[in-house]
Amino acid sequence: MTIYSPPLPKSVGRELPKADAGSLEFEDIQHFLIHRSPALAARYEFLTFREPAAGRAWLRAMTEKVTTAAAVRSGQLDTRWVTVALSWNGIRALGLDDHSLASFPEEFRQGMATRAEVLGLTGGNHPEHWKGGLASADLHAIVILFARDVLERERCRVEHEKFLSQCQGVEMLSSLDLEAIPPFDYAHEHFGYRDRLSQPAIEGTGEEPMPGSGPAIKAGEFVLGYPDEEGPSAGGPRPEILSRNGSYLAYLMMEEHVGAFRDFLRQHGETQDEQELVAAKLMGRWRSGAPLVLTPAKDDPKLAGDYQRTNDFDFGKMDPYGYACPLGSHIRRMNPRDTAANMNRRKMIRRGGTYGPPLPEGAPEDGRERGIAAFVGCASLVRQFEFAMNVWANDPNFHELSNERDPIVGTQDGTFDMTIPKRPIRKKIKGLPAFTTIRGGAYFFLPGIEALRYLASLT
Amino acid sequence: MAATVIEAPTPKEKVRDWTKPAAMAIPKEGYVSLKNGRYGPIYPRTPACHGFTIIAKIKPGREDTIRGYGKTIEKAIADIPDVLETLKLHYLRWVLFDIGQDTYFMYQGIFDTDFDKYTEDAVALFKKVGVNTVFENLEGFPEDWKTNVPAFVKFVREHQCPSFLEYGEYPYATADEIKKALQLKAKFSEMLDLMQ
Repeated sequence: MTIYSPPLPKSVGRELPKADAGSLEFEDIQHFLIHRSPALAARYEFLTFREPAAGRAWLRAMTEKVTTAAAVRSGQLDTRWVTVALSWNGIRALGLDDHSLASFPEEFRQGMATRAEVLGLTGGNHPEHWKGGLASADLHAIVILFARDVLERERCRVEHEKFLSQCQGVEMLSSLDLEAIPPFDYAHEHFGYRDRLSQPAIEGTGEEPMPGSGPAIKAGEFVLGYPDEEGPSAGGPRPEILSRNGSYLAYLMMEEHVGAFRDFLRQHGETQDEQELVAAKLMGRWRSGAPLVLTPAKDDPKLAGDYQRTNDFDFGKMDPYGYACPLGSHIRRMNPRDTAANMNRRKMIRRGGTYGPPLPEGAPEDGRERGIAAFVGCASLVRQFEFAMNVWANDPNFHELSNERDPIVGTQDGTFDMTIPKRPIRKKIKGLPAFTTIRGGAYFFLPGIEALRYLASLT
Repeated sequence: MAATVIEAPTPKEKVRDWTKPAAMAIPKEGYVSLKNGRYGPIYPRTPACHGFTIIAKIKPGREDTIRGYGKTIEKAIADIPDVLETLKLHYLRWVLFDIGQDTYFMYQGIFDTDFDKYTEDAVALFKKVGVNTVFENLEGFPEDWKTNVPAFVKFVREHQCPSFLEYGEYPYATADEIKKALQLKAKFSEMLDLMQ
């Protein structure tokens, strides 16, 4: 998920693969879920509208700054990419009528803080501990700025600050700066795991799915107004313009306790190699990104970066008992591949990046906050995002494990286990600590461009 | 890898001992303490696993149609024995009974996934195999169920009659665990045969 980048993806500076004729309305779709931007820095600003008219004026101006999918596809070399999304309270604050407001799905209307229990956001993850106003009904909008580098981010920050100062009635609740962490040659997070290895390809964008990922997924699974994996789109928000080219976003700011994570590895592995294996068993991939199913005994960094091979595996046939990749490991839960039903209805697109300074290898925990602040994009929060959190991440009985949760993103309180299948007898780590804590989160609607204009012109 | 067993106490409520028969009395609401799931309160996993008892009035004159579904499902399973595999079922019991002039349908299922997941998986399954659901013969069932999963789930939840007692002779054992145990028994018998 991270904002890393060099070397530039091949897609930059040239036209992207041709889409199916007449398929997606790229001019009307925000780029955010359709294409990655080659950003090294980012900034999220969380805003509130004190006055409806001021909110609309701000939105009107910002809509013209939003980067469309068409703009990215044209191959133009941008230095910054802007995304604007709104909470349900934000849409209400802009003045949408009650009838239309009621047409949004219940989970979105309630917001993430209200849905905390569904998502397993309990204990230290509970919204009562969140900061930056994210759990508040005052959270109305987010601006997501991805920038080529820190310098460009700062330029944009100052520009938006100036603009906001002219918008009496629109205030910033909080903000978060994000930067890629070294080494910059591949995407990874603070624990050191390579990221961005498994993302669905969207039908109609012309992008080819990686071998092992199955066919491209119907656009309607991610963008409203298009056929999804089960047929024509249905049941989008009203008026109809809001059901065209929009998506839902689940935002999560997840602190990573790097010191505790490294302590855990040391506790369970005497040598460096043993520690790497423990890290791999938790994730299901070596930290290099190489999948355990394909290389169970030894890391293979070359395999990790080879997109023709790194996803080309299943679980059910190749590793049914989890001897290579434990049944409860992160990747086996978040993407069970051939071991779950209706997989194509559970796909999600992830975007985001790392925040906070990296903790150098060997350094003691410095108490500074660091983690991932990421978005999950989908067409249905309850069917896709909430399902993944509720069932895959936090169901203790997933795959008959009986007392386990996702070791990385599940809600851990020291009472759950982690089973590592091994011949002749499995190993069981009891009392897994929490390696992560959710520090904030929210649900947003990512409208199409015309929908943004419509909302900005409400009277 | 170094030894990875650390002794940390597992809370008592998490210990689920299949050797000790267990019963659970359930309050009227269907749960002991309110925990919200994706579509409403979470019904607990009991010694008799997850499950539901849905009771709904049938549309007048539909009794034969509903009974016909018995044959349809029987044939579907005979043709493709694992057609319902995703539902993680132990048992299904379908019952028709009269109250006064009205006929009611009772759908009792015992399974290992949670309530909402079962319902979502069932909707997907019915659509995939192209069968209409027996629920279409029930009063108040949403006609747009194929495209409106939340409405389907809402109907099921509204017609769910929670148990006030559930008992398990081998509590909390899942269907997969039971199948594995039977497989093990069969393999073990085979092994003993081979050793004669």
